Amino acid sequence: MGLMRRFSNIFKAKASKTLDKYEDPRETLDYSYERTLEMLQKMRRAVADVATSRKRIELQAQQLQRSAAKLEGQAKQAVSQNREDLAIEALTRRQSIATQLTDLQAQHDQLKAEEARMVEASQRLQTKVDSFRIRKETMKANYTAAEAQTKVNEAISGIGEEMGDVGLAMQRAEDKVAQMQARSGALDELMASGALDDASMSSDRLQAELDRGFAEPAVEAELARLKGELTGGSTTAKQLDAPDQEAAPATAPASAEAPVEEDRR
Amino acid sequence: MIVRISGEGQFEVPERHVDELNRLDDDLTKAVDGGDEAQFTAALQALLTSVRTAGEELPADWLGPSDLVLPSPDATIHEVREVLGDEGLIPG
Repeated sequence: MGLMRRFSNIFKAKASKTLDKYEDPRETLDYSYERTLEMLQKMRRAVADVATSRKRIELQAQQLQRSAAKLEGQAKQAVSQNREDLAIEALTRRQSIATQLTDLQAQHDQLKAEEARMVEASQRLQTKVDSFRIRKETMKANYTAAEAQTKVNEAISGIGEEMGDVGLAMQRAEDKVAQMQARSGALDELMASGALDDASMSSDRLQAELDRGFAEPAVEAELARLKGELTGGSTTAKQLDAPDQEAAPATAPASAEAPVEEDRR
Repeated sequence: MIVRISGEGQFEVPERHVDELNRLDDDLTKAVDGGDEAQFTAALQALLTSVRTAGEELPADWLGPSDLVLPSPDATIHEVREVLGDEGLIPG
């Protein structure tokens, strides 16, 4: 048998299973109507779930973008200090964030499409439910057992099929959300461990090295000054007599830093 | 005949178009049997396009069962197999 017919048969078998049949077709109508209302409720919750997942992805992406921007800044800072090793580290990390961002974007697009499809499906179901409600009341009012059976069956099969279709859409969306949540959780862990996100401790290490890059020339200048003082003899003694001598070491690094920086350029 | 495209709606397709659908269905069946995702997508699109062009979409408030139900446009082989799951995997 072709795929088309097999798919149809199984789909319809599944769809009709969702509705129980009572002896009195009028009861079946009422029961089916209740079930479609339940289905609509479920559908709305499912749409909300997908939206929540989508928002979570958006938040993660924003966080990653901030990290990428910060790493870019750190890479520039490293280059200006001639610290190529640190620049490479920052850029490597930024690269892996870019990869994560691309994956997130793809997932985000998928969820967005899923959300749109579900909104559409629930609108279709809503229209069918309204139509079913009117039809059901008419059929109950004009009920004669002879003619009712086929008409009732048709209406019920129709609504059952729609519910089967919506159920399938919900299943798909739930699967996608579950996949997404697993990934999201893994990404959160990666960020928390600092493997990706520079805002955690590992970036502080990178930053600390960069800060040291700024500090080292100042320290070297200070060292040179001290050496000069020790070899300079009498000038040193005079300086020690100066009243504000304690302030001198504190201001020295700042003034010493500029010439060293210039030398490097 | 009434044909439902999953996630899209129902279409009324003239009976004379059934041969064409069966021919496209053969391609689809081969693709699923062979497990070729690209071939499957192409065959499914061809089948659905044929339904949409030959058929007329039924209004949303129309209430009745379909003669045929087809997978949604973005369905994968895996998803189709899942629906067919109750009867086991497609042979081959």
